[in-house]
Amino acid sequence: MNVRLYVWQRLTAAIMAPLVLAHIVVIFYATRKGLSAADILARTRGSFAWASFYGAFVVAAAIHATIGVRNVLTEWSPLEDRGAGMLAGVFGVLLFLLGARAVVAVVLP
Amino acid sequence: MSDSRSELTVALWRGAQQGRYETYKVPLRENQTVLDVVTFVQRHLDPTLSYRFACRVGMCGSCAMTVNGRPRWTCRTHVSRVAARGQLKIGPLENLPVIKDLATDMRPFFEKWQQAKGAFAPSRTRSDDFAPIRPDSPARMAADAAIECINCAICYAACDTVRWNSDYLGPAALNRAWTLVNDVRDGANSERLQAVAATGGCHACHSHQSCQELCPQQLNPTASIAGLKRRTTWAYLKGEI
Amino acid sequence: MNLRHLRHRESVLWIAALVHRLSGLALAVFLPVHFLTLGLAIRGEAPLESFLRWSDQPLVKFAESALVFLLMLHMLGGLRLLVIENLPWRDGQKEAATIAAGLSAAIAFFLLARML
Repeated sequence: MNVRLYVWQRLTAAIMAPLVLAHIVVIFYATRKGLSAADILARTRGSFAWASFYGAFVVAAAIHATIGVRNVLTEWSPLEDRGAGMLAGVFGVLLFLLGARAVVAVVLP
Repeated sequence: MSDSRSELTVALWRGAQQGRYETYKVPLRENQTVLDVVTFVQRHLDPTLSYRFACRVGMCGSCAMTVNGRPRWTCRTHVSRVAARGQLKIGPLENLPVIKDLATDMRPFFEKWQQAKGAFAPSRTRSDDFAPIRPDSPARMAADAAIECINCAICYAACDTVRWNSDYLGPAALNRAWTLVNDVRDGANSERLQAVAATGGCHACHSHQSCQELCPQQLNPTASIAGLKRRTTWAYLKGEI
Repeated sequence: MNLRHLRHRESVLWIAALVHRLSGLALAVFLPVHFLTLGLAIRGEAPLESFLRWSDQPLVKFAESALVFLLMLHMLGGLRLLVIENLPWRDGQKEAATIAAGLSAAIAFFLLARML
């Protein structure tokens, strides 16, 4: 871990703190109301606000998880920095693609 | 103690990186330190035992070993505090190559010290005036809080990030770098911040705080390293490193 | 990874660091699954709805609460680190770590109670 990775790791963590809290609130709300898929999608479809919220969340999570996984790999696996970085990078891209697809799935009108 | 014991069962590491624990019986005395126990074995039971000590009074840090799983100064560890069931297991400090028995090769520890730029770089000559430093200035207080390190390597031995990450400079080296970052007389701060901001520098620390818990001088390398994180982040964002 | 010396890692803060790491790994494994599930909606409401119905069973609800627990643990542990790293040193780290764990458990338990 160096200063560059550290800054991105901590920055995305700080960005996600309020996003996580909001997400937990959403979970509590959705479960209390017993929302169905139709209910949820009716709220999210065509919503720029939800798209921005979860879009930002996906980007931040993908960056944060990539750096975290890279750290774990360098310390707990036989991989060296380069290999760990590549493997983590592949994971991060996968996470971003799946996440972007999920956001599109619930936000597209 | 339950069954009034008159002796201790002591397992000592014999060998180098490869080796085994060998068991010795040592008379139990009042006011006995772990260093007393090791010394007894070497003097009366097995003269081939290798170990390090110097001052015997908790000033030099030479006698640090792993005692029942924790790195400690053996001269300042009373047997009654650690040998609950009359058992002691003593090995060399972890995270360092073993030369023989209880003596480790301290070179990697000091090499990382140098790598972290843990040496003072003067910015004045003897013909210049003294640098006026108020002892209650924030920078000097920060440096003073961390300055009493005697390089015993207990924090280095206790640190799991050192164990897992061979690049990691370690708590002692970074703690020293922090004292110098706070020394207004020092002239090598730019290089030092670069050194501790690189791979294996302060950012590798996960704040386990094993260093702070076990430091016999009650130093807090975790806090020093947090200070370095702030300094280097700031320097990075300003484009200085 | 060498776990031989784990027996003397009794410190609350070491355990907190381990929990932070393991919860992060668990969340990293969970996220792709979560995204794939939400992505069901790309084919319309029905696939997502049938998943939501499937997830109505108590065992799944328990797993969902466990995930919220892991998320809260990871975030609160991370916030404790951000405080250590960006604010002047404060003692009481063990207490803070324990409170973070307790708060996470309470929130997850509260969620589970509402869902069951």
